[in-house]
Amino acid sequence: MTVFLTIVVIALIGISLWQMSKILKLSQAKGADNSQVANDKDNNLQGKLMLAFVIFMYLLTIYCFVQYHTFFLPESASEHGIEYDRLMIISMILIFIVQFITQGLLHFFSYKYRGNKNNKALFFADNDKLEFIWTIIPVIVLAGLIIYGLFTWTDIMNIDEEEGDPLIIELYAYQFDWRARYSGEDNVLGKANVRFIEGVNSLGLDASDSYGMDDKIVSELHLPVNRKVIFKMRSQDVLHSAYMPFFRAQMNVVPGMITEFSYTPILTSDEMRNSEFMVEKVATINKIRKEKSKQLIAAGDEALETYEFDYYLLCNKICGTSHYNMQMKIVVESEEDYNAWLKTQQTFKEQLSAQASN
Amino acid sequence: MSAIAHVDGHEEDHDHGHHHKETFITKYIFSQDHKMISKQYLITGLIMGIIGIAMSILFRLQLAWPDHKFTIFEVLLGKFGEDGVMDASMYLALVTIHGTIMVFFVLTAGLSGTFSNLLIPLQIGARDMASGFLNMISYWLFFLSSVIMVLSLFAEAGPASAGWTIYPPLSALPQAIGGSGTGMTLWLVSMAIFIASSLLGSLNYVVTVINLRTKGMSMTRMPLTIWAFFVTAIIGIVSFPVLLSAALLLIMDRGFGTSFYLSDIYIAGEVLHNQGGSPVLFEHLFWFLGHPEVYIVLLPALGITSEIIATNARKPIFGYRAMVASILAIAFLSTIVWGHHMFISGMNPFLGSVFTFTTLLIAIPSAVKAFNYITTLWKGNLQLNPAMLFSIGLVSTFITGGLTGIILGDSTLDINVHDTYFVVAHFHLVMGISALYGLFAGVYHWFPKMYGKMMNKNLGYVHFWVTAIGAYGVFFPMHFIGMAGLPRRYYTNSNFPYFDDLADTNVLITVFALITAAGQLVFLYNFIISIFYGKKAVQNPWKSNTMEWTTPVEHMHGNWPGEIPHVYRWPYDYSKTREDGEYVIPGQDYVSQIIPLQDGEEEMHH
Repeated sequence: MTVFLTIVVIALIGISLWQMSKILKLSQAKGADNSQVANDKDNNLQGKLMLAFVIFMYLLTIYCFVQYHTFFLPESASEHGIEYDRLMIISMILIFIVQFITQGLLHFFSYKYRGNKNNKALFFADNDKLEFIWTIIPVIVLAGLIIYGLFTWTDIMNIDEEEGDPLIIELYAYQFDWRARYSGEDNVLGKANVRFIEGVNSLGLDASDSYGMDDKIVSELHLPVNRKVIFKMRSQDVLHSAYMPFFRAQMNVVPGMITEFSYTPILTSDEMRNSEFMVEKVATINKIRKEKSKQLIAAGDEALETYEFDYYLLCNKICGTSHYNMQMKIVVESEEDYNAWLKTQQTFKEQLSAQASN
Repeated sequence: MSAIAHVDGHEEDHDHGHHHKETFITKYIFSQDHKMISKQYLITGLIMGIIGIAMSILFRLQLAWPDHKFTIFEVLLGKFGEDGVMDASMYLALVTIHGTIMVFFVLTAGLSGTFSNLLIPLQIGARDMASGFLNMISYWLFFLSSVIMVLSLFAEAGPASAGWTIYPPLSALPQAIGGSGTGMTLWLVSMAIFIASSLLGSLNYVVTVINLRTKGMSMTRMPLTIWAFFVTAIIGIVSFPVLLSAALLLIMDRGFGTSFYLSDIYIAGEVLHNQGGSPVLFEHLFWFLGHPEVYIVLLPALGITSEIIATNARKPIFGYRAMVASILAIAFLSTIVWGHHMFISGMNPFLGSVFTFTTLLIAIPSAVKAFNYITTLWKGNLQLNPAMLFSIGLVSTFITGGLTGIILGDSTLDINVHDTYFVVAHFHLVMGISALYGLFAGVYHWFPKMYGKMMNKNLGYVHFWVTAIGAYGVFFPMHFIGMAGLPRRYYTNSNFPYFDDLADTNVLITVFALITAAGQLVFLYNFIISIFYGKKAVQNPWKSNTMEWTTPVEHMHGNWPGEIPHVYRWPYDYSKTREDGEYVIPGQDYVSQIIPLQDGEEEMHH
C-alpha cells in the first residue's frame, strides 16, 4: 500500500512536471498573444473549470458523508449530551445549507460571467436594501443559535453539589497517566497538595485530613449509570485535558487550580458495546486489525489483539512526549456492580498502613 | 538574504532611473526604499514558507504511515530520526515550529510585510514610507528573528515543542520536555525581536496612511487594500505588545524563579518552589494577541482580494462602505473574542457565555464581506487571471472555514470538538489557506509592479488548480476525523484501536498534502524564472484604476518622476458609463483615480 501510494505520488509529480513543460512550450510557440494576461480563451476554460470545481466540492462533500458516516461519535452516553447533539445537528444542517448555496453562487457566477471582449460589466456599486437583507439574516439566525447555545452551556456548566446526590470524584493527571480518587463513604475529598507527595502517597493527600482517609485511589474510572458525577480535576505537572468524547465532556486540568466538570452517564459500557452502531464499528476495526495482523505475522511479529469497545478518557492538551498515549479506561455499570467493584479497592488509610508495615 | 539581493542586483544594474547616488549595499541590502524592502520581505517569507511546508510534509508522513521507516527522517532530523523512525518529541517540535513559522513568519511578515510596504506608498501617492529608516530596521529585525528561529532548530535537546501556543508549564520547564530548554529560549528571543519588528512596521504604516496621502486621496477614496493594511497595522499595535509581556513573564518564570504562570508543580521527582501563578493567565495574554493575529493574517488577504476581484471583474467592488465598515467591525470585535480559545480552560463559565456572544457577532461582518464578494462577481466581465482565481478561491475557503467557526465559537459545541482535528481543519481553511491564497493572488497581481516582468499565466493556472483541489482534499476529510473525536498533536493514532478505521483517511490526507506541496514547486519555478526571463511588463497590465499603475515600470526612488499626481475619484470606476451608455472614457472600461471627472460625469457617493 505504502509503496503503491509513493509510486502514485511520484508519478503524479512527474506528470505535472511533464505537463508544465508542455504548457510552457505551447504558450511560447503561440507567439501571437504572449501578454500573460488572460484572454477570452483562458476566461472560457477557467470559467468552465470553476463550474467543474464546485461540482467537485459537492461530490467531495457527499463522498465524505457517505464514506465517513461511521466516524461520527455514537449517540451520547451522557444526559446533557443529548441536548449537545441536537444543537450540533441544527448547526450542521444550517452550515451545509449556507455552504451549498454560497459556494454554488460563487462558482456559478465565476462561470456564467466569465469574461469576453464583447461583454460589458454592469456598474453596480451599492444597494442598501440588499445589504440590509444579508446583514439582518445572519443577525437573526445567529441570535437564535447564540440563545440556544447559551442555555445549553449554562445547564452543562452549572455544577451544583447540593442538587441530587452527586458522586464526587477527583481526576488526577500527570505525565503521562491518569488516576481517579473516589471520595469514599463521606463523599468528601480529603485535602491534597503536590507538596505532600511521598512514597505511596503519589497524589499528595494531606495525611492530617480525616476526610482523606477513606478516599480510594484507582487507575480505572468506574461510574454507576444514571447518577450525576462531579469531577474535580487536578494536575501534578503541566496542563492536561480530560477528554471523554462519548460523554460530550472535556475540561482542562490545570496545575495550581481545581477545575470541574459534571455529567450523568446514561448508557452502560455493555449497552454501548451492544448498540448497533458500535457492533458495526468494532467489526470494521477488527477486520482492519486482522488484515494488519496477517502482515505482522508474516514479518515475524505478534498479531494484534481483537478489539473490544470500552469508554475512554484521553489527554487532549499537549503535555509532552507521550501525550499521544495518555489514556484511562472508563467503565459505566449498574449501581450494584459499581459498589461491588468499589469495595475491592483499598482506601488511602489502608495504603498508608500497608506501607508502614513494610 | 544577501545572496538573493545580489541576484536582483545583476538584473537591475542597468536600469538606474534615479538621481541618487547609491552603493550596492544601500540599494540592495540596507535599502530604505519601500519597494526593495517589500521584495526582501517577500523572499524571506517565501524561504520561511518552504521550511514550514516541508515540516508539515514530514509530520504528515509520520501520521499516515506511523510504522514505516523513512530514510528522509534520518537525513533531516539526525538523532531525532534514527533508523528512519521519528522521535515523538521531534513530532511535537515539527508541529510547533510549523505553526510558528506559518502564522508569524509567512502569513504575518511575508504577507502583510510585503504588500503593506509595496502598496501603501504606491496606492496613496506617497514617495516612500513616513520613515524609510525605521522601515529598514523593521525588515532587518524580522530577518534576525527568522535566523534565530531557524537556528533554534539545531538546539541540542530539540527545538521548542510545546505547541505554537507555548502554554506553560510545559514551555517553562525543561524537565517536562526537552524542547523547553535552549530551543524555547531561542523561540522566545526570536519572537521578542519579531514583535519589535512588527511594531516598527505597523507604526510606520499607520503614520504613512494618515499623513502622506496625495491631494484628493480622502479616506473614502482609498482602495480597500489600504484600508485593510491600515486597520491590520492598528490591531497589530494594540495586540502584539501583549504577547511581548506574556513572553517576558514566561522568560522570568523560566530564568529568574518567578511564579507568574507556575504553581503547585511536582515534576521529575521534586516539588518546585513556585506558588500562586496560573497558566490560565498566560492563555489570556497569549490569546489577546493570538486571536487578533488571525485577523492580522486574514485582513490583508481580504484587502488584496477586494482589489483584485474588482479589477478583474471590471466592476466596482459591491458595497464599498459596507466593506470598510466590516473591516472596522471585524477589527474591533477581534480584540474581544479571545476567550473562545479557552472555553474549557477552567476559566469562569460565565465568561464563556460572553465570548460566545462576541464570537458569533463577528460572523456578521464576515458574512457581509462574503456576500459582497459574490455580488461583485454578478454580471461582471470576469478576467480569470491567476490572481483572480486565487481571489475566488480565497472567498471559497473563507466561507467553508468560516462556517465551521459557528460550531467552534459556540461554547457548548466546542466542548467536544475542542483540540480535535476539527479545529485543525477549521483554522487551516479559514486563515491558513485563505491567507496563502491572498498571498499568491497578491504576488501574481503585483509581480509586474515588483519586478517589471509578467509571471507565466499557464503555470499560474496549473498552480491554482493543484492547490485548490489539494487544499480541500487535505482539509475537508479532516473535519470528519475531528468529529470522530481524534485529538490533535498526537504523534501516532495507532495506540487506540478505536481510531484504526481512520488510518486510511490519514493516508488520503497525506497524499493530497504531498501533491499540494509539489504544486507549490510550480509556483516557485514560475516566480524565479519570471524574475529573470519573464515577459517585460507594460505599465498597467491589468487595466487597473489604482495609483501604483501610474508609476513607471522601472523602479525609481520616489516612485513618480516629477510631481505626484492628484486623485479625483474613488478607485472602483470600472465599466462606469455615461447616460448614453458609452464608457466615461470612450473605448476604455476603466478610469484611473488620477483622471479628473469628465464633462457631465457625476461622482458616486459611496
